[in-house]
Amino acid sequence: MPPQTSPTTRTKLDLDPVTVRKARSLAQEAGRPIVELAQQHTTVSVERATLRLAGLQGADADGIPWVNRLLDAVRGDVGLEHGIALPVWDALVRGEAEDLSTLAQKASVGSVRFRLPEGRDLTRARSASAKQVGAGLRRVDARRRERDRLVKRFGDPDHQPWIYLIVATGDIYEDMPQAQQAAREGADIIAVIRSTGQSLLDYVPEGPTREGFAGTYATQENFRLMRAALDESSKELGRYVRLTNYASGLCMPEIAALAGLERLDMMLNDSMYGILFRDINPVRTFVDQRFSRQVHARAGIVINTGEDNYLTTADAVEAAHTVTVSQLLNEYFAKEAGLEDWQLGLGHAFEIDPEVPDSFRLELAHALLARELFPEAPLKWMPPTRHMTGDVFRGYLLDAFFNLAGMLTGQGILLVGMMTEAVVTPWLSDRDLALQNVRYVMNAAGNLAEDFHPSPDGFIAQRARQVLAESIELLERIHAHESTAPGAGPGLLAAIADGTFGLMKRPADGGRGLDGVARKAPGYFNPATDLLEAK
Amino acid sequence: MSIVRPYGDTTGDGMVQLSFTLPISSVGDQSKLAEGAAAQLAAKMGLDPALVVHAKPMGPDFTFFVVYGRVHHLVDTDQVQVVERDYPLLTPKEVNLAIRKGLRRRLTVVGACIGSDAHTVGIDAILNIKGFAGEKGLEYYRELKVVNLGAQVSVPQLVERARAEKADAVLVSQVVTQRDAHIANTREMSAAFRESYPSSRRPLLIVGGPRFDETMAEQLGVDRVFARGTTPGEVASYLTDQLVTRRGPARQEVPA
Repeated sequence: MPPQTSPTTRTKLDLDPVTVRKARSLAQEAGRPIVELAQQHTTVSVERATLRLAGLQGADADGIPWVNRLLDAVRGDVGLEHGIALPVWDALVRGEAEDLSTLAQKASVGSVRFRLPEGRDLTRARSASAKQVGAGLRRVDARRRERDRLVKRFGDPDHQPWIYLIVATGDIYEDMPQAQQAAREGADIIAVIRSTGQSLLDYVPEGPTREGFAGTYATQENFRLMRAALDESSKELGRYVRLTNYASGLCMPEIAALAGLERLDMMLNDSMYGILFRDINPVRTFVDQRFSRQVHARAGIVINTGEDNYLTTADAVEAAHTVTVSQLLNEYFAKEAGLEDWQLGLGHAFEIDPEVPDSFRLELAHALLARELFPEAPLKWMPPTRHMTGDVFRGYLLDAFFNLAGMLTGQGILLVGMMTEAVVTPWLSDRDLALQNVRYVMNAAGNLAEDFHPSPDGFIAQRARQVLAESIELLERIHAHESTAPGAGPGLLAAIADGTFGLMKRPADGGRGLDGVARKAPGYFNPATDLLEAK
Repeated sequence: MSIVRPYGDTTGDGMVQLSFTLPISSVGDQSKLAEGAAAQLAAKMGLDPALVVHAKPMGPDFTFFVVYGRVHHLVDTDQVQVVERDYPLLTPKEVNLAIRKGLRRRLTVVGACIGSDAHTVGIDAILNIKGFAGEKGLEYYRELKVVNLGAQVSVPQLVERARAEKADAVLVSQVVTQRDAHIANTREMSAAFRESYPSSRRPLLIVGGPRFDETMAEQLGVDRVFARGTTPGEVASYLTDQLVTRRGPARQEVPA
């Protein structure tokens, strides 16, 4: 099972349930128009993910995946707005090719013409596509059952929070032994950081990769190799070691599908990260988000959201409430897409300037607020980065306080902080020292969370209430927001356009990937969406 | 006094500490050999005597060491080469005043992270109002027009935007240094600007990042390199010095 939250019999902050309900319903009001927007549109990546679920793999001699080739051909003939399934399976039913891969090859040299089937042809194309995509989803289901079996056999970590470590060599064959070593040293979760820049590629690279910048490309084959390596580790260590990657950027839906097919266990998947930090078009992001979350829900994958990132650009005290607002929005979007509480690794971070008086108390207040607002979610607790200066000794001390805050406030997933943050990519010894730090705090603090009850009217409880109140104010402002930016309209899109989150201004008609978005035509059909929403 | 030595707890004791990992086992009876190996490395590095104070096995194949020891090297501060600040530090008010008087229009700065680099921390620290190290970023300066293009901007995009905005200065931040990407990207950028502008009209090219060496400006083809710890105030002062004070009233073409 997912990281369980430590059972809190009574709440420590004594948040007013009416206020909490109000915050949730405001998030829902802000999110609902976005969901409607997502339902009205499709994207090239959603359609390509559908082809991937139907089993289309591989790439041409230039490394361009067949899903891209086929989609481009179909789009050229009949457009994107009807969905890819009808024209593709109509061609297959007509006997233009014996399978998807042959069809893609023929289409890419222009020897197939696509059309929108009607009448009986439409019915046939519809049922053929549903059958093939359904088989893909059943493979995802089988991988989920396989995970359940392995977790049952090998077991979950016997401590809380779960320990999350990153590997990032750029070479999958170097990553595998490093990940196995990290697991031996105590990692419960391995994240393979992606190569810088992958989020802006409008295709998923193919095959095993040995060249990456500050990370390793996410490919289906790399997923498979790493999962197999960690299955070996799970067997060796007698506990199931989880694997994380990133469903973000322009290919988020496809990567989600590949993660489901290759039994990845967690995926970074934030509703607004791509918009704010990668300048990806907001509509593209929200459409891709919804589909990828539906896939994650089906695959039993725990998502990790990216609120920590806001605090790397905005001040962690002043902007604390933007984290809470984003968590509430992420929760709303996640649940709407079918994810359950145990799948919500909502993010937050220890990023307050250590020079601020009472910074640790403030951190505890923020962490506890997240804990109590989302009592069933396995929160993702991120280490300090912004105030890591290169003084590795001071950094080690900060990481210890970060670890302590994590234990005290019952966080679910702890990303291990490195004292060489901002200096080098972690050395072997950095990781070892970092894990010693975690183990010491875990062991020394024991179940200190049990004894930790901030005074009901003390600094911590008051600060938490203040952040919650500011969150509600911000949600109300978002609701009433009229943008000055063109084309944004009111509400959340307008607020994003005006720089409400992370201080970045992202208008709805700007950003990358907008040309890959289409408004659905009447009669739009996507078997994957239908099946994912059917359950 | 220009000769110094490291200071442990007494003047002139020459004491230093270091830590490193060797790919050798220190499990069981291997530990003596491992410590000896660490002492040998320290001795070759000039520590005499070298004290291996800590040796910890990391798995079966690696050992982490902490070593203290005395070095006999002398440091001559007269021979240290640094890039001295060759421009006066101004307050935001002074910068605004100098630009208003000297340029009679706003000074335009275009900033970006180029290449595959997605780390906007550096450029944001300098440009965003929020700023860095207690100083407000360049957006705060009334007489500066700041265009922050964000991350993963291609060089042609940057040049095009710089032309469109009639940029006086272009600021580029590079954080990712794998395979010396920061060097290659910066050279590509400076070459592109040289190609598309006559030299008298080229905007001032500034690059910054934690792994740059301030002495490399010429090699990289840029006007200035800013290393880690640079504050927005320093950048603003430099811009004013170069584009207003030194150029005098020469560049007052058309007010934008």
